[in-house]
Amino acid sequence: MMPSTTTARPTKKAAKATATPEEYLLRLYVAGTTQQSTRAILNIQQICEEHLNGRYHLEVIDIYQRPQLARDEQIVAVPTLVKKLPAPLRRVIGSFSDAERVLVGLDLRPNGAP
Amino acid sequence: MKRKTTARPAIEGIVKAQTGIQGLDELTFGGLPRGMATLVCGGAGSGKTLLGAEFLTRGATQFDEPGVLITFEENEKEMARNVASLGFDLNDLVDRKRLVIDYVHVERSEAPIAGDWNLEGLFVRMAHAIDSIGAKRVVLDTIEALFAGLNDSTILRTELHRLFRWLKEKGVTAVITAERGDGKMTRQGLEEYVSDCVIMLDHRVHDQVATRRMRIVKYRGSRHGADEYPFLVGANGLSVLPITSMGLTHIASDDRISSGVPRLDNMLGGQGYYRGSSVLVSGTAGTGKTSLAAHLADAACRRGERCLYFLFEESPSQYLRNMRSIGLDLAPWVDQGLLKFHAARPNLYGLEAHLMTMHQLTEQFAPQVVVMDPVTNLITVGTVNEVKSLLVRLIDFFKMRQITAFFTSLTSGGQVEESTDIGISSLMDTWLSLRDHENNGERNRLIYVLKSRGMAHSNQVREFRLTGHGIDLIDVYVGQGRVLTGTARLAQEQREKEETFERHHEYVRKAQEQESKGHLLRAQITALQQELESTVADRKRLEAQENSRQQMRAQIENEMARLRQIDRPGDASHQNQAR
Repeated sequence: MMPSTTTARPTKKAAKATATPEEYLLRLYVAGTTQQSTRAILNIQQICEEHLNGRYHLEVIDIYQRPQLARDEQIVAVPTLVKKLPAPLRRVIGSFSDAERVLVGLDLRPNGAP
Repeated sequence: MKRKTTARPAIEGIVKAQTGIQGLDELTFGGLPRGMATLVCGGAGSGKTLLGAEFLTRGATQFDEPGVLITFEENEKEMARNVASLGFDLNDLVDRKRLVIDYVHVERSEAPIAGDWNLEGLFVRMAHAIDSIGAKRVVLDTIEALFAGLNDSTILRTELHRLFRWLKEKGVTAVITAERGDGKMTRQGLEEYVSDCVIMLDHRVHDQVATRRMRIVKYRGSRHGADEYPFLVGANGLSVLPITSMGLTHIASDDRISSGVPRLDNMLGGQGYYRGSSVLVSGTAGTGKTSLAAHLADAACRRGERCLYFLFEESPSQYLRNMRSIGLDLAPWVDQGLLKFHAARPNLYGLEAHLMTMHQLTEQFAPQVVVMDPVTNLITVGTVNEVKSLLVRLIDFFKMRQITAFFTSLTSGGQVEESTDIGISSLMDTWLSLRDHENNGERNRLIYVLKSRGMAHSNQVREFRLTGHGIDLIDVYVGQGRVLTGTARLAQEQREKEETFERHHEYVRKAQEQESKGHLLRAQITALQQELESTVADRKRLEAQENSRQQMRAQIENEMARLRQIDRPGDASHQNQAR
């Protein structure tokens, strides 16, 4: 299911598919415009820019606005980042201050490798 | 639903929310603390989830309080299926917007945690669910699952703390279930957060009989039953049995009902048992206890009342056949729905389960008379004390409902007459004793009223006979320091009859004798009277003769004197004197 996210903030729709093998579809669930939310958004954007430059699509969803979506998507803790594509589906919880963990969680780095 | 719990108003100032769960509201004196959270902890399969589900279902159906079920371990479908066995249709409630089920799925150690977070997702979902139907009740089952999926217990604990506070602010009455931990109430120490009311559930197997028990560990600001109370998961949800604590508050009826045996009614102050009283009939095997019970059942049905009959030894059909042999055909009452049997071997399940079944059947059937035959068989599934406590609860339960309860108790031969196997006689209002009397090579049955509270009952023994047309009570022969029954009584009665006859004969004979003697005397009196009369007459005649003779003589003398011309007064007087 592909919810058309009205709250998704248009992020870098950068550099087309070109030679990049995989397009990342990421969804970030936050609760309101708190400091924590802002921090999470900024952190994830930075990580994506660094490691997925040009091959990701990030939707930010405010669960206050879309509570039903929180239920449908089984959101319990926020912020939660869901990697919808490529499979398998992955989740990372937190404000993403720990970039390494985010990368491991998104299968962007083999577990434990620097 | 017809069941209305008789919850007392909380006097402690705590507002309570009735659970509608049978017995729990009595135990908590009105229900769970309204607007607060109650922790329900217990091991796997102890009934936590069912308690939560029933709390919501009853709330939605009986108390107009919609509910939200946040389930962490079973999804909506599984949940609905599991509680369907209790007669709860969650899907229907969901369709009618009386219930929202939200399955919060947290996979074990799935999501890595990178930085700080909170449980706002859960909050949002709960708020959404609550607001969507205006829920007043929330159940979280089992929130500890979060600890498996979110392995950052510091934040989680802070968040849970916030969650419980939030629930309170929301004003919903919450039930939070938790796994029992080793050495503490819950595995994750949730009792630290939720401390207004804590209920512990337990599922124990004792002698291969599983019993569920419930205990209210604490209830801040409210009194509550402190013991462990057995409960059962039945076809109508949970039933807790806090009956003992209910106290002696039932109203005693002046109404009397027939025992079905007119002569027995006579013995019981002429009117039979009190309605709503408990009657015990004890006796050795084959003394007619069951037959006596059958008469009561028959009499109740004749009055158009309902009778619930618990059989622990016979099947209903066997029972009906046996009773037909003494002229009682109870089958029509069964057909008319006035008489209902429940036959079960006592060891089929545990005491509590029996008690529960009895409760439920009584609730459903609403009888005026209940018979337990024989209650002593229950002892095979419990200790004496357990059975006694079961009976105390049962009797209280029946009395509260003005149900006349009839118990038969089998005493083993050679036992002291006035003691029953389970020492329950003190609980009984009326105690009839049936016993065998062996004499002259025959056994005869005797019945007497050992006690009967509140009525002038007979202190005499009656002979108890089972005939082709029911029970017959006959006066026994009491006299010459002996009590005779059966043929001995008949023989004695015959002897007495003969003696009486003879005595009468003798009397008649003597009376006749005296009669004739009287006649004789009277005749003699008449004769004497006549004799007397004739004697008197004779004497009178004699007197008259004498008088006339003297007169004549005087005349003659005068004549002679005149003739002789003697007229000398001196001479005459001299002559007269000389004569």
